[in-house]
Amino acid sequence: MPSVTMTVNGRAVTGEVEGRTLLSQFLRDDLKLTGTHIGCDTSQCGACTVHVNGAAVKGCTMLALEADGAEVKTIEGMANPDGSLGVIQAAFQEHHGLQCGFCTPGMVMAAADLLAGNANPTEAEIRKHLEGNICRCTGYHNIVKSVQAAAAQLG
Amino acid sequence: MPKDHGIGASPKRREDVRFLTGNGKYTDDINAPNQTYVYFVRSDVAHGTINKIDTSDAEKMPGVVRIFTGADFEGVGGVPCGWQVTDRFGEPMQEPAHPVLAQGKVRHVGDPIVAVVAETLEQARDAAEVLEVDITELPAVIDMKEALKEGAPKVHDDLTSNLCYDWGFVEENREAVDEAIKNAAHVTTLELRNNRLVANPMEPRVAIGEYDASNDEYTLYTTSQNPHVIRLLMGAFVLGIPEHKLRVVSPDVGGGFGTKIFHYAEEAFCTFAAKAINRPVKWTSSRSEAFMSDAHGRDHVTKIELALDKDNNFLAVRTDTYANMGAYLSTFAPSVPTWLHGTLMAGNYTTPLIYVNVKAVFTNTVPVDAYRGAGRPEASFQLERVIDKAARELGVDPIALRRQNFIKPDQFPYATPVAVEYDTGNYDATMDKIEEIADLAGFEARKAESAKNGKLRGLGIAHYIEACGIAPSNLVGQLGARAGLYESATVRVNATGSISVMTGSHSHGQGHETAFPQVIAEMIGIDESQIDIVHGDTAKIPMGMGTYGSRSLAVGGSAMVKAAEKVIAKAKKIAAHLLEAGEDDIELANGEFTVAGTDKSVAWGDVTLAAYVPHNYPLEDLEPGLEETAFYDPANFTYPSGAYACEVEVDPETGKVEVCSFAAADDFGNIINPMIVDGQVHGGIAQGIGQALLENCVYDSDGQLLSGSYMDYTMPRADDLPNYTVDHSCQTPCTHNPLGVKGCGEAGAIGSPPAVINAVVDALSDYGITHIDMPATPARVWEAIQAAK
Amino acid sequence: MYNFEFVKPSTVAEAVAALASEDAQALGGGQTLIPTMKQRLASPAKLVSLTGIEEMKEIDSDGKVLTIGGGVTHAEVAAGGYGAISELAGNIGDPAVRNRGTIGGSLANNDPSADYPAAVLASNATIVTNNRTIAADDYFEGMFSTALMDGEIIISVQFPVPEAANYQKFEQPASRFALVGVFVAKYPDGVRVAVTGASEGGVFRWTAAEEALSASFSPDALDGLSLDAEGMIEDLHGSPAYRAHLVKVLTARAVAAA
Repeated sequence: MPSVTMTVNGRAVTGEVEGRTLLSQFLRDDLKLTGTHIGCDTSQCGACTVHVNGAAVKGCTMLALEADGAEVKTIEGMANPDGSLGVIQAAFQEHHGLQCGFCTPGMVMAAADLLAGNANPTEAEIRKHLEGNICRCTGYHNIVKSVQAAAAQLG
Repeated sequence: MPKDHGIGASPKRREDVRFLTGNGKYTDDINAPNQTYVYFVRSDVAHGTINKIDTSDAEKMPGVVRIFTGADFEGVGGVPCGWQVTDRFGEPMQEPAHPVLAQGKVRHVGDPIVAVVAETLEQARDAAEVLEVDITELPAVIDMKEALKEGAPKVHDDLTSNLCYDWGFVEENREAVDEAIKNAAHVTTLELRNNRLVANPMEPRVAIGEYDASNDEYTLYTTSQNPHVIRLLMGAFVLGIPEHKLRVVSPDVGGGFGTKIFHYAEEAFCTFAAKAINRPVKWTSSRSEAFMSDAHGRDHVTKIELALDKDNNFLAVRTDTYANMGAYLSTFAPSVPTWLHGTLMAGNYTTPLIYVNVKAVFTNTVPVDAYRGAGRPEASFQLERVIDKAARELGVDPIALRRQNFIKPDQFPYATPVAVEYDTGNYDATMDKIEEIADLAGFEARKAESAKNGKLRGLGIAHYIEACGIAPSNLVGQLGARAGLYESATVRVNATGSISVMTGSHSHGQGHETAFPQVIAEMIGIDESQIDIVHGDTAKIPMGMGTYGSRSLAVGGSAMVKAAEKVIAKAKKIAAHLLEAGEDDIELANGEFTVAGTDKSVAWGDVTLAAYVPHNYPLEDLEPGLEETAFYDPANFTYPSGAYACEVEVDPETGKVEVCSFAAADDFGNIINPMIVDGQVHGGIAQGIGQALLENCVYDSDGQLLSGSYMDYTMPRADDLPNYTVDHSCQTPCTHNPLGVKGCGEAGAIGSPPAVINAVVDALSDYGITHIDMPATPARVWEAIQAAK
Repeated sequence: MYNFEFVKPSTVAEAVAALASEDAQALGGGQTLIPTMKQRLASPAKLVSLTGIEEMKEIDSDGKVLTIGGGVTHAEVAAGGYGAISELAGNIGDPAVRNRGTIGGSLANNDPSADYPAAVLASNATIVTNNRTIAADDYFEGMFSTALMDGEIIISVQFPVPEAANYQKFEQPASRFALVGVFVAKYPDGVRVAVTGASEGGVFRWTAAEEALSASFSPDALDGLSLDAEGMIEDLHGSPAYRAHLVKVLTARAVAAA
């Protein structure tokens, strides 16, 4: 089997994968990073969103081999070095931006992707940027508030 | 100044830390050593006869462990239904068999036929592709009214027809209602469809079956809202496993919304197969599979008539509903269009005469069962739509018409003509509140502004009631429930004073781990961090009934309070001993027991220590230890209610509806955690707006599911929805549970669809449009406009 | 999905060589192909990733022609500030899809509801492949069908820069592909109007509108025109008549916004 090497949350990892192994499968099954979730099979729900070389991608729609040599960041890499919640994570907790938690990792990664490119997004920009991340619990109201609060704090 | 702890505070949710760091433990995150994977071969036709299944080539494929068909389940029970409805002639409903894997026939697209168990999922799929399944397709019935016609194809050959039951409620009122409608000054009639929905919790269902041959014990990990109910149904009715040999675990569950209440064939399969092959068996649903195997929701076709006298007082309501059951009876399916729907047809109003007829129908579609609100959204939608239509026909203000007919605060407790007694409420208060928070006075100015931009603005109001905290076991037993509907809790106080609460309620997003400790902390006066909630594991907690019907706090929370009261009563006895005082003189506050009128006190932790290190302890009168269990069976349902207001803008060129604003004023009685309540309402509103404008589960006439993925089933996304203004300051506490709480989980999904559609119809009223069916998609709105032109 | 051999060449020549083997298929950003393969609806023996080919990742404009490499992502085009093309790219899929999906992949797939085909056809762009150039009018051959030969790779796309252009997309509510999308581009020699999402034949030019708008580039010029519903797509989300109606509405809005 081909081998793949990448940096995941700052740690160099190598694994044997098949051609068809998806990045999300490699993260969940091989690296046991189960924070990346699978909520659909048509690349729409965004529960699997991770960062590859700084850009948000759907981990279920990218081959693990395509990430060879890449820097990958997952929800497990979003906390502060001391283990405390990062700014975006803390804002989600503060503003009740999650309920069942299943979409949450993807939502946080998408929010981080937005704020990396737009430090002060409008409400409409936040809602538009999150269109690829489906939440069934919150009605998005508190997710939007969480992202606004994170933006204000990071700003 | 808001409270910072205890009842009424909004502490940050403790469960969030694991969810936000990727450390949540959902069922699919669990992998058992030596586990196998199952792939279900499902029917791709809606109705057919299975002629032959040849597994011989598939069995030789790499990695295949074993292949199961319906034949392996002969002698095993079927998937049971948990509610038997009696029809209006006194006969029991028709109840078909529901085998774990299809036997002889397939009855809907997605019906499981063969289960391939292999070392990997891909190997199971590879083997599935070389299976030979020979099916002769039969004509399918999809439309309910067609299904009831003479000569229609029968979904179940052994039943007399596709009619599950013909239910009348209250049957004795039938003729009086007919008479009242015949003689009324005005009758408003509305025909509508409550669209079929797919619940779509973001976590698809997962089941892992394990079998330990050394002691003949089974474990099922499953994405369930009620693990004990699964243990009971699967153990007793399907596989014949006694409870003490069967453990069911529901760890973190990624949303439920009703569809994870039910016992599903896949759970029974994985448990059964784990013993058959003596290895763990794991099934993870794909989203596409979920669309054709998770129970769907709603799907009612209704004609409602509202009769009014010359002064616009409501005289009578008559409603005829066809309710789709799908191909089999899911766990609680028969109860949804009947007892969860008919009993709510009084709404908030004093209508004296009500008759509800429901025909439940089998079709070649996925089974339909409870989805957020379950029956109550269907009741509320009809009633709040027909009242709006009546107001328009009569030329009166829809709010004034509602107010005129409201049950007034001094009329509680109020016995409705549909068998329920509302304990408390104040509907004018929530209506007043919505007029304020939705700025209804400013609507005309906003409408004029929209018109300048070529948009049609509409305002919709709805005032819902629901019955939740389901409910007295003796009552539901009379109504056909095959289970009790109490809840249990064990409060285990540890030696150093910390507490574990084992609750039969199950959190799959509701935040029990945070809210339940607030109650205990308030009762004892200790810090919430001292209290942990344990749920979701039949091995750890007493028999519980789980979470649905907005019942966790009202029923599960009450059980917890009862258990805590027992703990406190015993602790007071210990404290009395330690303080050498009379038991009746002991008071507990702020984590200290004091002797009334003295400065003598002993700390909570000293009393709990004494309970477990009973050196100075009244051993002759009192057992050591401090742990109590309570089962709470409520005296009545609870009755939340509220006023909702929605404003929309319609683009007449494209038919697109935008929700500009949405406000909700709910009466949930007392509130434990306002932040969580807000969140529950937000989520419910989003699902209600989704039903009203976006979501639709559609079959073609052959029974093929046209909306079988997120490519065609419109899930509400962030940019489809507005911010919501929510208020729950109007509070009439429930009179019959210890917390005075009513439940808030479903309200949003109940009150919002009629508010949205009333707004859309208002926007389109200049065209003479009086109704539009859900979902009011752009195409549907545009077509309505064209038809009206 | 079925397994396959994965190769990731770094030059076009290597990619063309790799694609010469039987059942080999090119992989762009994979945002359509991977979901299709997950459903086991495609089973290439070899996937040739184009994402490692630097010469396909260039984007350049000299003011007259905008050249976008076949491997340029939608996100990169969206960020480029190239007027209507960038706006179109910024509304394809969602942000995560735009970070992977490429213009070459989109055009090779030619989904009847994809956005880029409308831009390419309305702009009379030139498709540059590894062995030839293809005019937009010759490229699109109906739903999921193009003039590309087996193993042929889109190296770049050359868009003549218009005097004015705009793309209006009315989203299919669930998938958010175009229920109807209309790209209007005005050039010195006339106006071109291309429509995606609407027709069973895939992207097409609305020539009657082009003539009217070439005579007078204003929404009013469309008065009196209507598009035949015959041949329009019928599905859950809209009838042929609705789609035909939307084409006109969106064309007028595109002209107004251009």
